[in-house]
Amino acid sequence: MQRITAWAERRLPSLTRLRPREPLPIQLHRRRIYILPTGFGLAFAVLLGVMLVGALNYANNAALLLTCLVGSVSAGSMLVAFRVLNGLTIGGLRAGSARAGETLRVFLDIGASQRERVAVRLDVEGREHVVVVPAGGSVTVEFDLPTAFRGWQAVPRMRLHSRWPLGMFRVWSWLHPDRALLVYPRAEGMGPAPFEPQGDADRGRPRPGDELASLRDYRAGDPRRLIAWKPSARHHSLLVKDMEQPAPQEDWRLDWDSMHGLDDETRISRLARWVDEAHDSGRRWSLRLPDGYFDIAQGDEHYHRCMTALALRP
Amino acid sequence: MSRFRLSLRERPASEPPLTPWSFDLLCLTMAFVLGVHAPHLPWWLTAGLAVVLVARWQQRRRGGRHTPIWIKLPLIGLLLALVILTYGSLFGREPGSAFAVGLLVLKLLESDRLRDARVGVAFAAFALMSALLFDQGIVATAIVAAGVVPAMMTLRALETAGPRVPSWRVELPPVLLALLVSVPLALFAFLFIPRLSSPLWGAPTMDRATTGLSDRMAPGDMAEVLTDDTPAMRVTFDGPTPIASSRYFRAFTMTRFDGQAWSPGFGGRDTGTLEGQPRIHYRVTLEPTRERALPLLDMPPDAPTDAMLRGDRTAVANQRLEKTYNYEASAVADYRLDAALDPLARRATLQLPDRVGPRARAQAAAWVSQYGGDALAIARAALAMFHDGGFRYTLAAAPLGRDRIDDFLFGTREGYCEHYASTFTFLMRAAGIPARVVTGYQGGYWNSLGRYLLVRRADAHAWTELWIEGRGWVRFDPTGAVRPERVTLGAAAAAAGDGGGEGLFDAAWWRSTRDRWDVVNQWWNQAVNGFDSLRQQGLLQPFGIRRADVGDLALVLAVGFAVLVVGALGWALFQRREGDALDASMQRLRRKLARAGVSRRAGEGPRHFLARAARALPEHRNALERLSEVYLRSRYAHDKPPPELVTEFRRGVDELKTRRVVK
Repeated sequence: MQRITAWAERRLPSLTRLRPREPLPIQLHRRRIYILPTGFGLAFAVLLGVMLVGALNYANNAALLLTCLVGSVSAGSMLVAFRVLNGLTIGGLRAGSARAGETLRVFLDIGASQRERVAVRLDVEGREHVVVVPAGGSVTVEFDLPTAFRGWQAVPRMRLHSRWPLGMFRVWSWLHPDRALLVYPRAEGMGPAPFEPQGDADRGRPRPGDELASLRDYRAGDPRRLIAWKPSARHHSLLVKDMEQPAPQEDWRLDWDSMHGLDDETRISRLARWVDEAHDSGRRWSLRLPDGYFDIAQGDEHYHRCMTALALRP
Repeated sequence: MSRFRLSLRERPASEPPLTPWSFDLLCLTMAFVLGVHAPHLPWWLTAGLAVVLVARWQQRRRGGRHTPIWIKLPLIGLLLALVILTYGSLFGREPGSAFAVGLLVLKLLESDRLRDARVGVAFAAFALMSALLFDQGIVATAIVAAGVVPAMMTLRALETAGPRVPSWRVELPPVLLALLVSVPLALFAFLFIPRLSSPLWGAPTMDRATTGLSDRMAPGDMAEVLTDDTPAMRVTFDGPTPIASSRYFRAFTMTRFDGQAWSPGFGGRDTGTLEGQPRIHYRVTLEPTRERALPLLDMPPDAPTDAMLRGDRTAVANQRLEKTYNYEASAVADYRLDAALDPLARRATLQLPDRVGPRARAQAAAWVSQYGGDALAIARAALAMFHDGGFRYTLAAAPLGRDRIDDFLFGTREGYCEHYASTFTFLMRAAGIPARVVTGYQGGYWNSLGRYLLVRRADAHAWTELWIEGRGWVRFDPTGAVRPERVTLGAAAAAAGDGGGEGLFDAAWWRSTRDRWDVVNQWWNQAVNGFDSLRQQGLLQPFGIRRADVGDLALVLAVGFAVLVVGALGWALFQRREGDALDASMQRLRRKLARAGVSRRAGEGPRHFLARAARALPEHRNALERLSEVYLRSRYAHDKPPPELVTEFRRGVDELKTRRVVK
């Protein structure tokens, strides 16, 4: 069995699912497109045989002619089926981002050089996608991949196939792109906020600033420029604009070593949650890992860099 | 690593229901099948099935899916009962096809899924073919073949093409194209698929009697035949065509008369002697008769191939003629047959039933006493009686009483060839002249376009042959005495009364159209329906194989298939090279330079490569620099290389002649 498998792997790489990974883009050609009759095709062939014997037996030439015509069309559909896949190019493969456990959205481009191809089916992970590839253009198939672990995830083997036009023949080719998709670490559900070095000492105490907080009665020593003259005119006393500045969001300094007594995966998922929270709340953050440091910054690029580093922690 | 496995199973476990478009096409296919079978189904079955079909279509249109089992089961039971009640059996061509068509339409009731529809289409193809067992004329075949179009469209519709709305405009042309492209392969297979020389199982028997000649003749039987306008045979003559009044094709002779009907009886001991010249050679394409008799013109000197000549000089084929049959024969126009009559034959041809036609016998006895032994004179007297005795030619003859001879001769006095031939023969026998009834075809219609004689069933005719001392068997046509037009124009014209009047259907335009159409039919019969194992064996004659056997045919079939398949594969595999004309020219330049010793290195750009080539090949330096410039300009200065630059580059490459260098 093993020898057969090895032989099949060597000789018929597309026929088997064992085809080694190959770089994109993949161009489909006759060496890797396989074709076999479907169950319906076989049954129809048997029926054609019955028709043939019947026509010959009754020496009925008109019936024989009809049988030949139907048989000829059926046989021709094999070539049409082949042409559906022949020359297709499986080009770009892109993926969105997903954390482990979520589904990863993948975009696969299938292009045709000249003719339009209809009824092209892509089987991925048990789901089938039917697309039409326009002539000289390409179509993007979107599908979701389930993810379980952070880190690189291989693109699964995919089968491109078709039964066009009559459903009598199935033509197929296995695709196994040499491409890995990155899955971010799972963020922990809930947990403590990161330790802030400044502490809570001055939190909540308003500080002078540029924003108008309220109006209050004049106290001795208030600068003249803070007096709200117009509202004071309608009042019996002088009113003073009480200006304050909101406490600025502290930059988070996320540090691998700040957590004690946790295993690596927990640390990674906690850091991932902190990075998520920081990114979501528009905060600036830095991330220190045992083998790298991402300085204080914010934005998508920073986020993806940090998450990638976390995802790829050994 | 996953286990090695060929994965061919259907992916989606549950099939989606049929789309309205595919269901409509499926209904259309079924309607087509019902239509092509309608001519031989009982009208009420056709109507009932049509109602079921339309009802199901409507139900499905309104969004209904399932037909409840309490509707389906009784319908199937009803169909079964009706077919058995009508035909008495479920097997055989007619009941079988009725049952199959019924089941096919009922299948629609439960066609909701892909699989049902596929099964339906496959059996529809089978039912289409079975319709050709009833009629394989060119029109019927064309109509049935047209049924392949909706069937194939249904199959296409079952395959989800993708997200787009199907329409006739989009879906029809590819199917027609596919059919058109398949024709060569189909024709090739048709020509070379080895025919069975004998059927594997019983050929279908015609449950319905075909109108045509039979080896039994009773006056009044033939009326249906005489109004049947379908072709019986077509005859081409090698030499000049015999005139209408001498085109007598003999099929049967009958000597025994039981008072009601004539039947063959003893036809003569051996093939009698036949003297005479000249001979007329002709070829006949005979429509299927399901008999063995081959109508032959006048007196044949010998039997056609694969046939036997009987003692009365009629021919029988070796097998029943279930399909169009071609044969060649010759005829002696001016003949003497059986100058000496065998005593047994004389007795057989003088036999008369007792107690039949006493008045006719008395009339015969009167002639005998008047003319003595002069057979010719007696015959002339009888013909004169038919001519002057108030006899009338009509296809709607009054029914005859118990004594058919006397009743006709002295009673109704109206009838057609059968009546006259029968009565005349009786009279002659009563007068002691050996006589027999001959049936066959007389006349025919000359198709000047196809240069052949078309003999219809309506040209069936009966006449008499008398044995005259010293001359042998001589043909007498008593009908001609009553109405000569019958002999020159045909039965219908004779029955029309005035004879030869140009009715609407005899107008010139109609006749020429009919001629043309009959030429097509003739061609179809000869080329397609008449293409049997014998003709197939002769197919390879131009290549030096006199009688191709199954092995030869299979070889040709295999080789031809291989050629066609290679051609088709070429079409399927052909892929235009990626790249454009400029690339193609660049490739040629690269090959030319490689031959001269300068091969392009991996990763080397065109400018560098051509510059290096110019240094290596100083004699082409100017040309190469110019080429380089043109290439760079056309490749990089525009989105698409302008055609004039591409042409210039190609010409430049053409003009560059490099010498092969041997390093």
